[in-house]
Amino acid sequence: MGMSSEREHGGGVYLAGAWAALPFALATFVLGISFGVLARSLGWGVVAPIVFSVIAFSGSAQFAVVAVMGAGGGALAAIVAAILLNSRFLPMGVAVAPFLKGGPLRRALEGQAVVDASWALASRGGGRFDREFMMGATLPQVAAWICGTVIGVLASDAVGDVERLGLDAIFPAFFVALLVDELRDGGQTIAAALIAAVLSLALIPLVPPGVPVIAACAGALLGLRGRSS
Amino acid sequence: MTTVWIAILGVALASAAIKAMGPVLVGGKKLPPSADAVIALLAPALLTALVVTQTFGEDGHLVLDARAVGVGVAALALALRAPVLLAVALAALTTALVRAFS
Repeated sequence: MGMSSEREHGGGVYLAGAWAALPFALATFVLGISFGVLARSLGWGVVAPIVFSVIAFSGSAQFAVVAVMGAGGGALAAIVAAILLNSRFLPMGVAVAPFLKGGPLRRALEGQAVVDASWALASRGGGRFDREFMMGATLPQVAAWICGTVIGVLASDAVGDVERLGLDAIFPAFFVALLVDELRDGGQTIAAALIAAVLSLALIPLVPPGVPVIAACAGALLGLRGRSS
Repeated sequence: MTTVWIAILGVALASAAIKAMGPVLVGGKKLPPSADAVIALLAPALLTALVVTQTFGEDGHLVLDARAVGVGVAALALALRAPVLLAVALAALTTALVRAFS
């Protein structure tokens, strides 16, 4: 444990992470614009959506909040929806935890760097993670999300429907690519992925968004049956 | 408007707490081997779930739309050993094209 983070890890690794995340920063930027446009169109004004993006930095949860409240839901319903969606960061945080540094407070802060694409980019297989690479990858995405939101709320009239750009296919396609790498480990990895696929597919129509992802983690319990590698 | 601010602060605090929980609770502790084995399988399980929900999920419904075509094309490209960036770009392009013509 912690071997990869104790290797010679200078600023170059942060930069490499930031570089690797650039395509996702671009997609995040455009999605940020669409979030700003959407929030503005629902009467959120200019300041609230920007503050939201700065302090929450959570694309899926922010879209969910806007959707719930746009449909007439209250603050509590919106918060619950966001918690369910973001609950995936709990197992992700557990997975990276051994590679973070410092005491509880510093670990809590470093854990904030966990976002889908960074976490996936920093995965080195076999449960190992590259802390510096993950943090480097998160920075451009945060910046892009905030800048996108700002442009979206300010230019909401000029920006049309960004969904036509097909950017929502970028993240799942990227996760497929990373998954292919993970599956090369074979055996239990493939079985865990299959269980996760069946569980999440079956649960999508039955439970609130976010819950299928968390439930799919049950596939990882296969690890209790002993290692095959 | 107050409701909006309550939601914003609530979500920000909840997200930060969720992200902090794993790192704080697990800390730098050496976990038992069985826990390590489970954690090692979290990545493939979570990645699969993200692919499935972001490809076929839409507000709690199963859908088969332009996204699925785009992600399918990317998977095919990856199977043919295309670089990751090309596959991802093909996913967006295909999805956009299907939307434009449907």
